[in-house]
Amino acid sequence: MNLQPKGRFGIHGGQYIPETLMNAVIELEEAYLTFKNDPDFQRELTDLFNEYGGRPSRLYFAKKMTADLGGAKIYLKREDLNHTGSHKINNVLGQALLAKRMGKKRLIAETGAGQHGVATATAAALLDLECEIFMGAEDVKRQALNVYRMRLLGSKVHEVCTGTATLKDAVSQTMREWTRRIDDTHYVLGSVMGPHPFPTIVRDFQAVISKEIKEQLLEREGRLPSAVVACVGGGSNAIGAFHHFIEDKEVRLIGCEAAGKGIHTFETAATITTGKVGIFHGMKSYFCQDEYGQIAPVYSISAGLDYPGVGPEHSMLFDEGRAEYVAITDDEAVDAFEYLSRIEGIIPAIESAHAVAYAKRLAINSNKDDILVVNLSGRGDKDCAAIARYRGEDIEE
Amino acid sequence: MIIADAFKDGKAFMPFITCGDPNLDITEEIIYALDEAGASLIELGIPFSDPTAEGPVIQSASERALQAGTTTDKVFNMVEKVRKKVSIPLAFMTYANVVYSYGIENFFQHSAGLNVNAVILPDVPFEEKDEFAIPCKESGIDFISLIAPTSARRVETIAKQAQGFIYLVSSLGVTGVRDQIHGDIASLVQEVRSHTAIPIAIGFGIGSARSAQEMAKYADGVIMGSAIMQLVADHGIDAPDKVYDFAREIVEALKD
Repeated sequence: MNLQPKGRFGIHGGQYIPETLMNAVIELEEAYLTFKNDPDFQRELTDLFNEYGGRPSRLYFAKKMTADLGGAKIYLKREDLNHTGSHKINNVLGQALLAKRMGKKRLIAETGAGQHGVATATAAALLDLECEIFMGAEDVKRQALNVYRMRLLGSKVHEVCTGTATLKDAVSQTMREWTRRIDDTHYVLGSVMGPHPFPTIVRDFQAVISKEIKEQLLEREGRLPSAVVACVGGGSNAIGAFHHFIEDKEVRLIGCEAAGKGIHTFETAATITTGKVGIFHGMKSYFCQDEYGQIAPVYSISAGLDYPGVGPEHSMLFDEGRAEYVAITDDEAVDAFEYLSRIEGIIPAIESAHAVAYAKRLAINSNKDDILVVNLSGRGDKDCAAIARYRGEDIEE
Repeated sequence: MIIADAFKDGKAFMPFITCGDPNLDITEEIIYALDEAGASLIELGIPFSDPTAEGPVIQSASERALQAGTTTDKVFNMVEKVRKKVSIPLAFMTYANVVYSYGIENFFQHSAGLNVNAVILPDVPFEEKDEFAIPCKESGIDFISLIAPTSARRVETIAKQAQGFIYLVSSLGVTGVRDQIHGDIASLVQEVRSHTAIPIAIGFGIGSARSAQEMAKYADGVIMGSAIMQLVADHGIDAPDKVYDFAREIVEALKD
């Protein structure tokens, strides 16, 4: 058998996982390569995307925000309007359909804020698959409503109490669960991370975002954007928004990481800005870690960006200088969360608010004929209680 | 001593311990206890913050070790002391990032300087091994390959390039004691043997003298980790004596 290293993005990526899982990822890659070009599979997926997920999502011209900032024209890609309220559904529908075609009976997934967990539970309900979600105990507390949603959709939710009891521990625990039961189970990884082929599969399912942006903007403006701005945790919505622009060198690609309380504090999750290259969760990439390679506990107000690593393709785009990565603090993100709510009547997910925050800054310093596209990856209903508490209001969900 | 020496006197008992739990002084004493009890090779776990191949017992042990301030350099210093008294083969077991962040060549050269004989990285499969195995070999250390019940078509390729011994994973899942080991160990061992002459050690799930005996029927050595680290969790600084008694029991059982 020819066992060549696979799935590299520059020096990043790879398959750093226990031997027990290797055949599972190999089978997954083989199945993906088969179905990727299968017109029947693609037709079914497009149908799910459109009829069930609500695609294509709108590209909305934020007229008031544009006028208020007085610089570049700002468009919002409304992934928040998708079924289940975020871009996560794109990847989940793709992977669940793939799992079904592979004959799997059961889905498992990690979740941070709960968006990916809810999306996976949703797809499992639709496609008659069993579903178990692993979620850090801290996040279970912070996102009680999403835990209920997953149960309502028929999934079992496991609380993960190890380590920092957040997203990274949920990923570790889901990997452990997968090594325990592989035959009938597919691990629906939620971002462009983990071992090959996940970063590629998830990117391909999310690439529909930039495909649509390009078509929609060409139709409206007859040209490409000056910049595409998206938030980056693991990086799936950002890769989705960047993908079809990577070859268009004149389009700036800007990823917004969570700086938490600031990149000079320990309470940050800005992986590319503060981390170094390492190997974890199946991939080589940038990670927040100490001098001995111990993975750092990270922090962000946004549970979805609260992860110590980043997808390997982002690490490559950074190394090559093709994409830029900036760090946005909790304060800036919360300001942007409130700003967009008031000026456009759109409540963004606190994750997406990181991209809105940077877009505000960028728009002011741009010309009127520049066009910025902000990927509004999710809606902010889930965050209202937390933001109220951040502002000192004592409210319960 | 070389790795092969661990297998020359009958079935090898290969205990695993997490270094630094509850602290490195106790780890040192546990190593002496295991050596005295007749262990053939000791696997020294350098703790990692997020050990994805481990069950709850070794996860907790790693967490306690890191909380106690254990670092790679401190483990090296401890092993330097140990090497003045202990001559049986030693292996480091840790995760890729611990080695990578230390500098891969640097890590192996340090290990070689301490007469460490092998390195086991459970998150580095065959496809990714050259980055580690080549500099490892150049330092004179064996880079251990793992084979799992799910390896299937991969067994031949892995076995043919394996060095030192094969770490045969007994069953699906993470480390930790199991009541029963399912699956067809015998035929997996047989297949591995058809591709390589190097010794085979079985690990994952072996928790008692009885299961050690059972596994020794098939393999050249048995690896036990969680059962020992559970003793350390239960007895803390009093663990060395308990570990000695347990190790004696296993060593005797493997002679039968």
